[in-house]
Amino acid sequence: MHSPVPRLELLGITKRYPGIVACAEVSLSVLPGEIHAVLGENGAGKSTLMKIIYGAVKADAGTILLNGHEVSIANPAQARRHGIGMVFQHFSLFETLSVVENISLVLDEPFDLPALAVRVKAVSERYGLPLDPKRMVHSLSVGERQRVEIVRCLLQDPKLLILDEPTSVLTPQAVQTLFETLRQLASEGVSILYISHKLHEIQSLCDGATIIRHGKVTGTAIPRQETAASLARMMIGRELPVCQAPAYEGEKRTVLTVEALSLISEEPFGTNLEDISFSVNAGEILGIAGISGNGQAELMAALSGETTVEKHSIHFDGEAIGHLNAGQRRNRGLVFVPEERLGRGAVPPFSLSHNALLTAHRKGMKNWGMVRYSKAREFADQCVARFDVRCGGSGDDARSLSGGNLQKFIVGREIMLKPKLMIVAQPTWGVDVGASAVLRQALVDLSRNGVAIVLISEELEELFEISDRIAVLAEGRLSAAQPRGATSAESVGLKMSGLFDETSTSQSSEVSHASA
Amino acid sequence: MHLLEPRARPSRLMRWTAPLIAIVATLLAGSLLFWSLGKPVLESFEVFFIQPMTSSYGWSELLIKACPLILIAEGLAIGFKARIYNIGAEGQLIIGALAGGGVAIYMDGSDSAWVMPAMILAGAIGGGLWGALPALLRTRFNAQETLTTLMLSYVASFILSFMVSGPWRDPEGMNFPQSIMFGDNALFAILLEGSRVNTSIYLTGAAVLAFWLFNARSFMHFQLEVGGHAPAASRYAGFSSHQTVWFSLVVSGITAGLAGVGEIAGPVGQLNLNISPGYGFAAIIVAYLGRLHALGIVLAGLLMALIYLGGEAAQVSLQMPFAITGIFQGMLLFFLLGSDVFIDNRLRRSA
Repeated sequence: MHSPVPRLELLGITKRYPGIVACAEVSLSVLPGEIHAVLGENGAGKSTLMKIIYGAVKADAGTILLNGHEVSIANPAQARRHGIGMVFQHFSLFETLSVVENISLVLDEPFDLPALAVRVKAVSERYGLPLDPKRMVHSLSVGERQRVEIVRCLLQDPKLLILDEPTSVLTPQAVQTLFETLRQLASEGVSILYISHKLHEIQSLCDGATIIRHGKVTGTAIPRQETAASLARMMIGRELPVCQAPAYEGEKRTVLTVEALSLISEEPFGTNLEDISFSVNAGEILGIAGISGNGQAELMAALSGETTVEKHSIHFDGEAIGHLNAGQRRNRGLVFVPEERLGRGAVPPFSLSHNALLTAHRKGMKNWGMVRYSKAREFADQCVARFDVRCGGSGDDARSLSGGNLQKFIVGREIMLKPKLMIVAQPTWGVDVGASAVLRQALVDLSRNGVAIVLISEELEELFEISDRIAVLAEGRLSAAQPRGATSAESVGLKMSGLFDETSTSQSSEVSHASA
Repeated sequence: MHLLEPRARPSRLMRWTAPLIAIVATLLAGSLLFWSLGKPVLESFEVFFIQPMTSSYGWSELLIKACPLILIAEGLAIGFKARIYNIGAEGQLIIGALAGGGVAIYMDGSDSAWVMPAMILAGAIGGGLWGALPALLRTRFNAQETLTTLMLSYVASFILSFMVSGPWRDPEGMNFPQSIMFGDNALFAILLEGSRVNTSIYLTGAAVLAFWLFNARSFMHFQLEVGGHAPAASRYAGFSSHQTVWFSLVVSGITAGLAGVGEIAGPVGQLNLNISPGYGFAAIIVAYLGRLHALGIVLAGLLMALIYLGGEAAQVSLQMPFAITGIFQGMLLFFLLGSDVFIDNRLRRSA
């Protein structure tokens, strides 16, 4: 039996960074029309490997074969000429340009902007990734920005498409549409390298998988023949931890009350918040579900104080704080984990210990206006150790960490501030199963110590795993929060599309059947 | 096609070699300029860059010119790190000089030991206020400080012109637009016999040390850098952007104002229309050439002072126009900005 020539074959790819081997003798092969998963924890070396294939990083050793021929890929432009397209985990878009202008920048052939806009719209709709080509990128949510990246790749008719965690920001429905797209592309002969931590996705989508741990290939598998648990074991080398959420025993009191909060977004294409009311108690996690772009950024800004609002629309511990800025709110014991890690939650070119100083400076790191850098380093070292942040040390730049590891650092840093109220947006976006479990457990533990937590997330699984009550933010309006046991994923999913009134009764499951 | 590609991370080596590349390129382009003007290249070169440093007098003049440049650049660098671009230090220097000079004029003849301290204080307040004005415009009306600081420096020079032609004109000055010559009590004491080097050098020295410490250790400096690298992170952490604007503009105004007092109570000795040969503008180049680093700025300031001296020497010995100084300053900035591109980018290895 002859086997077809692989579309892509990697032999012994090795890449060393100072203090760390990102990839050690990695080999894998992808057939034409195959959807191949690359599975591994954060920092396992997946992203580095993909960047090597895409020419963004040069390997120290190893061979890349495309259709059986050895190639050297010096840069992304060359990779694109070889028919390789990539959607990165961190986006590379110019915020001051429109969607279509951003897309035009990577095209090698001459183009006509209005005609390209029509093509962009057509392709985006065909693949269930609706986009307005004329919108400015700065006004797009993270989810919408990813659509631009995906559409940008698809426009170039790639033969090999690399997707680095593409579904993290899509609705369950959109994930299904994307999968159909990917299956359609595969049936047209396009090979797809699919990086994800979502095991059930890999099982439903991928034909083959290569599992990487600590930069080495630890096995290959046919995902459909494995269980989620067995895949997770190959990936993290042990059993997947299960989140333990005991009942809260402490004092019941309301920590945060938001009353009739309305906000006109500062962004021209932002979502206005309309009459939002909710409250959170000590020892409780309130989940706020919804797809980003529905007012998530605006709500986060209003709660954190990055945008100040009417004084009495937010009460914290009985005090009206709507008019206070982020620093004043932090002084009172609020902490925040933003959706954007690089550039908001952390300063990219700063070391982890300097990034610790960013919000932890209140913890005895200052003396007469002078910084005690040894204290900051100590704090960062503790955070790295306690939350298992994979890096060379607290002297590493924030930007050198993988997304998930940086997230562990940021969440860890905020937890270590011993807050009374924590507001978290997308805590496990792009974070692998093992690390996600650690982060979720940390949030639960924090809440059971009497901290009130607001969890803004797109991931229903996560919301249902750790929230005590769940509300939905859609089109700038917030549904009434319901206890976890009294609602269902279907009902929440429906509300995410803005259908509040129909689902506000207990008949929600019937409605979801009706629309399915 | 694209000749440059972004580096995975900025090159630290390039950050510090870029100024050296810029200096070499300036020297080469300068030689080309001398040659095209029909001047003997080597000789011109010697006149411009070597001769000023062959005598102790030359060295003392170098110090005199470097001091205000360094002092101003230290203050400007603070704001530049937070991407607050004060390009009107020239105006703040002038207002500082006017305030200090006003004290000297009104206390003329006094033998009080407080004349000098009062002048220094007045200069700092004057420069600081002239920096506070754009800070107010920026925080209240969101007017870009890049424009307002520049425009206010023209306003300042007209105020100076008005004052020395009108209220503060020396009655015995043959109608020249200048004030009285200040008394010894209102001048910095000469440090080196036979030179113009004076005690204002201590002001600059103290400022360098203070800024070095500030940059290395202070939390305020950390906030400024966060604002420069990641404005969203600054808002997220709850740092006040208004505070950053006020701080950097007022501090750079103060240093420029002090430099102004250093000039009028030093080499100039009075208020007139020539109290600064563009120190406020040249200091912008000095700040970047010194990589916004407190000690780097000292070296850059000395080099810029040499260009001033070389320009003067070239006027005298080579009969070159006054513009030669500006041309060399411009080339240096041009080549520095060109070299700085390679901090974040590199040449593509193959096509």
